Amino acid sequence: MAADFSTRAHDALNNPQLRANFRRAMDGLMTKRAAQFEDKDNWTALRAKGAAIKARALAQLPDLLEEFEQKAIANGITVHWAETTADANRIVLEILTAHGAKKVIKGKSMVSEEMHLNAHLEAHGIKAVESDLGEYIIQLAGEAPSHIVMPCIHKNKGEIAQLFTDNIENQPYTEDVDALTAAARQVLRREFASADAGLSGANFLVAETGSLVLIENEGNGRLSTTLPPLHIAVAGIEKLVEKLDDVAPLLALLPRSATGQAITTYVNMITSPRKSGEQDGPRQVHLVLLDNGRSRVYADEQLRDTLRCIRCGACMNHCPVYSRVGGHTYGSVYPGPIGKILTPQLAGLDCAGDLPHASTLCNACVEVCPVQIPIADILVRLRTEAAEPSASPAVKGAGSGHSAVESAVWKGWQAMYANPAAYKVGTKALSVVGNLIPAAAPLLKQWTSVRTKPKFAAKTLHQLAREKGYDNE
Amino acid sequence: MSEARANILARLRAAPQVQPPERPYWQAPSFNDRLDRFRMMIEAVHGEVHVVTEQTWRPHLRKILAEKNVARVLAAPHLGIDWDDVVAYDAPVEDFKDQLVSGIDACVTTTRGAIAETGSLVVVPDVDEPRLASLLPPIHVALLKADDIADNLAQIIEAQGWAAAMPTNLLLISGPSKTADIEQTLAYGVHGPKELIVLVLQ
Ligand code: SF4
Repeated sequence: MAADFSTRAHDALNNPQLRANFRRAMDGLMTKRAAQFEDKDNWTALRAKGAAIKARALAQLPDLLEEFEQKAIANGITVHWAETTADANRIVLEILTAHGAKKVIKGKSMVSEEMHLNAHLEAHGIKAVESDLGEYIIQLAGEAPSHIVMPCIHKNKGEIAQLFTDNIENQPYTEDVDALTAAARQVLRREFASADAGLSGANFLVAETGSLVLIENEGNGRLSTTLPPLHIAVAGIEKLVEKLDDVAPLLALLPRSATGQAITTYVNMITSPRKSGEQDGPRQVHLVLLDNGRSRVYADEQLRDTLRCIRCGACMNHCPVYSRVGGHTYGSVYPGPIGKILTPQLAGLDCAGDLPHASTLCNACVEVCPVQIPIADILVRLRTEAAEPSASPAVKGAGSGHSAVESAVWKGWQAMYANPAAYKVGTKALSVVGNLIPAAAPLLKQWTSVRTKPKFAAKTLHQLAREKGYDNE
Repeated sequence: MSEARANILARLRAAPQVQPPERPYWQAPSFNDRLDRFRMMIEAVHGEVHVVTEQTWRPHLRKILAEKNVARVLAAPHLGIDWDDVVAYDAPVEDFKDQLVSGIDACVTTTRGAIAETGSLVVVPDVDEPRLASLLPPIHVALLKADDIADNLAQIIEAQGWAAAMPTNLLLISGPSKTADIEQTLAYGVHGPKELIVLVLQ
């Protein structure tokens, strides 16, 4: 894969198949979401509540984590804490090894993607099988998800039909969606029945009851968390909510924002492992709480808002950049607007510093975000942090995008605009020499490579105003 | 206690404290005719609804299942379904798995209520009706008392006092298993039941 965002974006923009796949999908998702929130007053009140519930939980996060842990342990769930993805991978591997597990069946989990868990397990001889249909498809293709809710949105039927024929025994080529779905059901049923453990994420962790809440449409999440004798869940520490009834407004927001469904087919609330006398369910449930930079982001009151995210994907569905370049262009686990603010914060601006610039700041994401994350403000903040770091300890790699020339240009601009005499001289000078500067001049070149260099007017605004008879500058 | 835990909590506690905001007012909708709304919502996602009575539901069910060529049915003994091919899930999954994965055509479970707003059944698996019963067989039949349909989720959480006693597993089921992962084309029965039949007892 090409090394930076702009090169990958360039490739994606020149791929008509990819663009058609995304355009069709995004248009459908936007229309369906809009139909769910036709009543604007209700939407406004509901998202204000959703945002407050998440902000409230974040404000009490350390207390809620402790409360949750205490309840979960009392319910029989084993709770683990991981500071880094390496720690989380090690913990999951240790649990699996202790059970002699050789095969893990996985429900959809973005945190496990963040951990690159499959590769880690595979390196230690444990097979990880994705069971969400979309995830299964991209696992067959050896690709990463291109959308956080619909991982194989970049693929069309033909590509999927070919993958199935190549990878599933005795599978004839067919583009019939029901037949493809039935083929996957058959293959994965066998995998479920023979898996030693199931792995899942969690959408919400309820402090009040110590419960994990998982939502999905397919039933693979339920199977992964019920059929194998061992269930391991991985979740970010920001998934906490205070009360069980906090889940209700969030559920009224999440599926409707994500796919335009009133609710997902399954809402799966798990509170304990199999109790004595019960016939099924895992005998052990483990939860790994992952930090991976979240507690650092938490230290900044503005950036903390990033942690409200409920991973609905609405921001990417509505993003004019994402819908044209697709998810892989971002080169990170979380694409689109949320990825543009989350990835540079978790990984550091030094590693993903170009992402905050992959935006027009059009605000479409902010308008649809069900928990009112000020994505555009955070993008601007991160751009500033990259160039001129504040003292905030929350930003990793702050200052990594600093350029002495850029800094000097802005300082000069600031000085000119703050001083009437300098402004007069400066604009006058530009009206004379501005048009003589070639578009390919060193500092201009990058900008003019995709834009026409504007013409400077022959007269400055001041001159024009004076000619019109205004003399009170 | 683990070092990671101590470090994470210490970092969170060292961060600036903010006053937790209050939850602003928002109320989920309520409905004049809850059964009507429930039926509309669940039918919109491919669910089937039959209104029956305590006296008629068994023969009615038998007819429906016969039309669907169902042979073997999974049901708890207390449901009093006494046809030939009815089996109970009365052994640990380890011994029952093979039969469950491919040997059962339909299963009947009770529900703890339903939600009109979203067309959702509240299913609480227990010793008699284990978790996989409503998941592995291709057809799921759910028995619902019409009086147990609440307006919305918040209402039923409160009315049934869920927070005080969460069971091992509690499910909201809103239609048969589905996916739209291939070109946003809906397909049913990808992992769970292909069909969901709700018998509403009036
Ligand atoms: S940032 Fe908002 S819109 Fe984007 S995924 Fe998160 S919650 Fe959804």
